[in-house]
Amino acid sequence: MHDPIHPDFSTYPAMTISELRQRFSEGTLTPAAVLQQLAGRISERDTRTGAYLSYQLDTALAEAERADLSLPLGGIPIAIKDNINTFGLPCSCGSKILAGNYRAPYDATVIRKLRAAGAIPFGRMNMDEFAMGSSTENSALQTTRNPHDPERIAGGSSGGSCAAVADGTAVVALGSDTGGSIRQPASHCGVTGLKPSYGRVSRFGLVAYASSLDQIGPVGTCVEDVARVLQAIAGHDPNDSTSLNAPVPDYLTTVNDGVKGLRLGLPKEYFGDGIDPGVRRLVEAAVAKLAAQGAEIVEISLPHTEFAVATYYVLAPAEASSNLSRFDGIRYGHRAAAPADIPDLYQRSREEGFGPEVKRRIILGTYVLSSGYYEAYYGRAQKVRTLIRRDFEQAFAGVDAILSPVAPTPARKLGGSSVDPLQEYLSDIFTLAPNLAGCCAISVPCGTTAFDGAAALPVGLQIIGPHLGEAMLLRVAKAAE
Amino acid sequence: MPQPHIDVRYVANLARLALSEEEVAVFQGQLDAILGHVETLSQVDVSGIEPTAHPSPVFGPMRDDEPHTSLPASGLLQNAPDQAQDQVRVPKVVADA
Repeated sequence: MHDPIHPDFSTYPAMTISELRQRFSEGTLTPAAVLQQLAGRISERDTRTGAYLSYQLDTALAEAERADLSLPLGGIPIAIKDNINTFGLPCSCGSKILAGNYRAPYDATVIRKLRAAGAIPFGRMNMDEFAMGSSTENSALQTTRNPHDPERIAGGSSGGSCAAVADGTAVVALGSDTGGSIRQPASHCGVTGLKPSYGRVSRFGLVAYASSLDQIGPVGTCVEDVARVLQAIAGHDPNDSTSLNAPVPDYLTTVNDGVKGLRLGLPKEYFGDGIDPGVRRLVEAAVAKLAAQGAEIVEISLPHTEFAVATYYVLAPAEASSNLSRFDGIRYGHRAAAPADIPDLYQRSREEGFGPEVKRRIILGTYVLSSGYYEAYYGRAQKVRTLIRRDFEQAFAGVDAILSPVAPTPARKLGGSSVDPLQEYLSDIFTLAPNLAGCCAISVPCGTTAFDGAAALPVGLQIIGPHLGEAMLLRVAKAAE
Repeated sequence: MPQPHIDVRYVANLARLALSEEEVAVFQGQLDAILGHVETLSQVDVSGIEPTAHPSPVFGPMRDDEPHTSLPASGLLQNAPDQAQDQVRVPKVVADA
């Protein structure tokens, strides 16, 4: 069993971003030394964890030589989920359809912004194929294990990003979150992960899964690191028409303002049956801690919560079936050998390239968009989405933020997702609705609990904020930390 | 709402996705179960409710129509499974006469 990782960095010089910056400015540590340490730690630990798909030390060291340490993220390495295009590097999306045959021809906007802030992209992180899944077992390339217990899932789909931060093989990371794909693995791995509000961060260069739900967000060992990375990547981008032209506040100036006088809502629908008792106890303890700091805790209702899973699993597959039509074996990605004709080329390239979860969602999405079923499924789900969005708007008229569990249980054992996809989907219940509503949400570690034979597995507290409410969200998260 | 049953092979063909017999058999039960859960949406009164396509408060923004450089064709073509003469090469599309 791994030694407990978080936040033990005793054998590891890299700490938080602010500590690294301090060491850089003192001259007692260099970005190159941090990269060398990370590479050593990856070769020592990641053979078991399996968070990294690849990394290029030489390229990163060359960037470290040029790093401008005066910049906000000067010389800080950041691990990147393998669905975010980074010039010249692979971008497999955890899929055979892109593995080994694709190199990014440009930088995603978030990568361009990170470079402008001085950061060094380092490492391509494993993920559920095309971000479809909650375990990272759906990666066609390798399994990522939970650093706290290698027989358990890291969560997903950003399992590689979160496991690496938990394992001390990355300082910070980027993930993407369509229905919980940053928050749920952050919860399972005991790290902090933020899904920004829809439109806060540009999606340009993120391989699209469900475009009306996807957001890129940061993962770190503490709230302040997550705030620093968000600061660098947030903002309007002419290349993404859904990115918002709204000012980006200085998150660090308010992150320590505390929760005294804030109203925090507990949605009664998020504390019903089906939550593991250990998770419930830790989340309730985190709520009590915020109350002790002067927050007023009020019970609220999000009445359409029970419909979030059904709504999501109509809309997300519908968008996915459309987005993934680009993988046709023509312009990029796997092409089947010796096709008889064009339809045969399409059909076999996709059959050979996609894994089972992706195929399931493409079929489901194609079905709900098909003639005769469109209005009954897709149209109706879009209307229920409006009701879910209104639930949150009404709730945020009375509270500053909402508190809930991230997932009903800690990390389950490996090997359970393929048999019953519906059961796996139902476990996403607490994380889907913020994506449907466009809210921001974060997972902050709130302790460990015994579960299913394991002595101590991490649990996350979910804090949900209103649209563009990241400053408030980070403030509450810092108080809960 | 319609009865939850997908003709898996028919829909897969719409999506230009070939499937093995085994995949069809496995997906059939799984997809019918998922659709069974989706049926819960029929309990919701959605009369008079506008659909939400995306949660952004911005609709149809236009950017300034200014010329800018595009990505070089060579960089994009290097990802093509087959290429010749600076173009993507594909099997013959037009049938013989």
